[in-house]
Amino acid sequence: MPQTALPDLAPAVPEMVLAASAMVLLLLGVARRDGGARLISWLSALLLLAVLGIEFALGGERRIGFYGMFVTDAFGLFMKAIVLIGSAAAILMSLRYNEDQRVDRFEFPVLILFAAVGMMLMISANDLITLYVGLELQNLALYVVASFERDSERSTEAGLKYFILSALSSGLLLYGASLVYGFTGTTGFAALARFAAASAQPGIGLLVGMVFIVVGLAFKVSAVPFHMWTPDVYEGAPTPVTAFFAVAPKVAALSLFVRFMVTPFGAYLSEWRQIIVFLSIASMVLGAFAGVAQDNIKRLMAYSAIGHVGYALIGLAAGTAEGIRGVLVYMAIYLFMTLGAFAVILAMRRNGRMVEGIGDLAGVSRTQPGLALALAIFMFALAGIPPTAGFFGKLYVFLAAIDAHLIGLAVIGVLTSVVAAFYYVRIIKIAYFDEPLAAFDRPIAAELKGVLVVSALLSLFFFLYPGPLVGGAAAAAASLFGR
Amino acid sequence: MSHLPLLTLVTFLPLLGGLFILLTKGEEAVVARNARYIALWTTLIDFGLSLLLWIEFNPHTAEFQFVEKARWVTIGGFSFTYHMGIDGISLFFILLSALLTLVSVIASWESITYRVKEYMLAFLVLETLMIGMFCALDFILFYLFFEGVLIPMFLIIGVWGGPRRVYAAFKFFLYTLLGAVLMLLAILAIYFETGSTDITVALNHSFPFALQKWLWLAFFASFAVKLPMWPVHTWLPDAHVEAPTAGSVILAGVLLKMGGYGFLRFSLPMFPLASHYFTPLIFVLSAIAIIYTSLVALAQTDMKKLVAYSSVAHMGFVTMGAFAATRIAVAGAIVQMLSHGIISAALFLIVGVVYDRLHTREIARYGGLVERMPAYAFVFMAFTLAAVGLPGTSGFIGEFLVLLGTFKVSTLEATLGATAMFLGIAYMLYLYRRVIYGVMTRADLRSLLDLSLREKLVFAPLLLVILWLGLYPDSFLAPMRASVDHLVHQVALARAAAHLHEASLF
Repeated sequence: MPQTALPDLAPAVPEMVLAASAMVLLLLGVARRDGGARLISWLSALLLLAVLGIEFALGGERRIGFYGMFVTDAFGLFMKAIVLIGSAAAILMSLRYNEDQRVDRFEFPVLILFAAVGMMLMISANDLITLYVGLELQNLALYVVASFERDSERSTEAGLKYFILSALSSGLLLYGASLVYGFTGTTGFAALARFAAASAQPGIGLLVGMVFIVVGLAFKVSAVPFHMWTPDVYEGAPTPVTAFFAVAPKVAALSLFVRFMVTPFGAYLSEWRQIIVFLSIASMVLGAFAGVAQDNIKRLMAYSAIGHVGYALIGLAAGTAEGIRGVLVYMAIYLFMTLGAFAVILAMRRNGRMVEGIGDLAGVSRTQPGLALALAIFMFALAGIPPTAGFFGKLYVFLAAIDAHLIGLAVIGVLTSVVAAFYYVRIIKIAYFDEPLAAFDRPIAAELKGVLVVSALLSLFFFLYPGPLVGGAAAAAASLFGR
Repeated sequence: MSHLPLLTLVTFLPLLGGLFILLTKGEEAVVARNARYIALWTTLIDFGLSLLLWIEFNPHTAEFQFVEKARWVTIGGFSFTYHMGIDGISLFFILLSALLTLVSVIASWESITYRVKEYMLAFLVLETLMIGMFCALDFILFYLFFEGVLIPMFLIIGVWGGPRRVYAAFKFFLYTLLGAVLMLLAILAIYFETGSTDITVALNHSFPFALQKWLWLAFFASFAVKLPMWPVHTWLPDAHVEAPTAGSVILAGVLLKMGGYGFLRFSLPMFPLASHYFTPLIFVLSAIAIIYTSLVALAQTDMKKLVAYSSVAHMGFVTMGAFAATRIAVAGAIVQMLSHGIISAALFLIVGVVYDRLHTREIARYGGLVERMPAYAFVFMAFTLAAVGLPGTSGFIGEFLVLLGTFKVSTLEATLGATAMFLGIAYMLYLYRRVIYGVMTRADLRSLLDLSLREKLVFAPLLLVILWLGLYPDSFLAPMRASVDHLVHQVALARAAAHLHEASLF
């Protein structure tokens, strides 16, 4: 093999385009005296979609770059598509909010672009080093956006909390990575996989290292018992930022989780399965029961997100291609259900101020029937009631669980879904059965309306044509197993 | 045989009507009137189409008819199809759903005064889901319809219901959801056992006994709640009392039948051994349901609650007959479901008539209504007698066939059931005496008006059906005969085979 001075950069072209363009946009923002937040936001959103186009043009072929530290495959393509769409939607949803809150600075979309670069790196990580670098790149941007409303006490508090707990989990992860390196002598996923295949039983040191990394990742996906930061950060961060947090970083961290468990340590499935099963059960149970008592809708969405991670982890616990397919389908459906729900929350603005109590939704069905209908669709979807999309997300993970003989896990899953249905349905009850309060401010921003309509249609009519999504997920899952 | 996709038409026509309602715009009064008429015509045409199903139905075969099959999702091993078809068991449930939705629309013509558009829309969506459920021959499709029903019904109870509507709506929703999700897991397990989500495949598959027991229990959880059986019936009185009249009609008339239909379509033919194994359990629960809820009904002071408890008792006969698994008993169970569907719907409408006038369902508030409302008293009497199973009405045919069929299997059970019929007579006649007879003491009762033409139009078809079913049941029994025979034969075969297998072990 001829030694070249430059590593093979071709697989990382989309990431490089995104990073370079983000810097250009940053310069553009600085050059324009008036800020130009709206222009740069639109450009950023278009850029994300353009990068998505490049990703699709490159296709889901398996390619290795940077001396094996970076990998692209169908799995990565699928996850990156979710992340890019989620990020672009978050930028659009923030436009009006930031203007109203007078925090419409051009740095916001640019920071999200940098976070997106980090997330794409995480998804494509094929080495513990890449994993960590991607994660930190993402985190640095996220710390700032969480406290973006710098005059708001809640927002800065959320940013600080997120920083401290995230730094802690990154530390745990790094420590785990060092243990793994110490006991195997390598950080590459491919080499680790060979190591795992060669030794039937992982040594205690490797096992401890693996557990530390799992703990760090569980923090990032906010799986119980490492979820404590989630409700506070969700509640405190500006709402568009919460919408962003709920989708893109979660999907990125989960795909990292999946790749890390399946590619290097797939051979140790029986060792780590019990950890994932525990995380999954704890998340589903806590997400279901703790959500019941919430009055703040953003906090409620935090517990909802915790619960949903639990369901997605069922697929990982199965550890089969079917299970991973379930995770992928679940995350894709979760993307538009959650974006839609947050679009509704962003429309909850009365007399120029955001309101966040679920009681504020009282009687929306009579003042704004369209908004209420969308809300009902999202809530039924989040609860997983057929024929909405949420049902299919659950269907595919339960399918994998039954196939892997994790009957107990599946039974707990369906039972907690009934408990969680209570609080989703309670929101519908408030919106439809209660006496109306004053209407929310109108008109709803056009970008918001766009996100709302598209996600509502996808959530409701997914059952008509689930083929492409499920097929894509199946191909992506297969690529992870090298088939 | 027509080549029209008749089942798809019957199923989705109401949805189309719903779409039209969604598009109506303008002043509220105009929208309300348009919504009412659209709903009326849609349900009328749909009922007409369902009659066409009956006419075209071939009664000489147990095969599924009007079958439609289309690819839906075929990816990565797990595929499901759009597969619809009916046999003699499901045929009449479709007719029942179509008829009762039509009746509901007419019955709600004046009593629903606010958010009429949404109300009619909810009923049309509900009709699609109900009919689709009875036609579905793919598990995933079935499940979509089965659980989808919760959404419109939840809204109907919650938006247009009585004072405790929120509590009732939640109880209904969560109870039924809890049962349904366990069935979902069983469906997935069936998929891994048979390699297909097709119901017809599962019907011809013989499951191992240990698996049968688990699957049976999971399905039982769902259907027992839906039916409902004692002791998971407690959502029913709440939901009935709080739902608007037409909501109760659909709830009692069709939604409860989903449970009975489920037992006959899935539990019995797919898990014959488990059904046999659990028959004592079913018999005990049915007997308790019949006797206990009859006694509870006797003590009610609210008219709707009384009718609701009587529903639980009547459904006890259905489970008894279904699991007795003789030809007569199974046919009886189906007739009992149809008859109860009509009678309970009519009884709820009867309560609704006076509720619309006085806005109370307290039995004690009424008395002596016969003086002012002779036509009402007649209709009430007719359905009361049907409910207690007077010969010549449909109630008699259903209960008699069930008892006759069960007698051969368990004399004790049949005896208990027959004894309890006496309690049914007691609470119904007691109700009738208190409401219709006696002295009219209250002043506001004197100004009551008798049935309007619209109300008579609502009751006329229901009365016709119970008399038809009571006097010439063969029009209904003939189309279901082949399917029932096939079902019972299959169950008997499976049990004989298992018996043989057991015997060969010794």
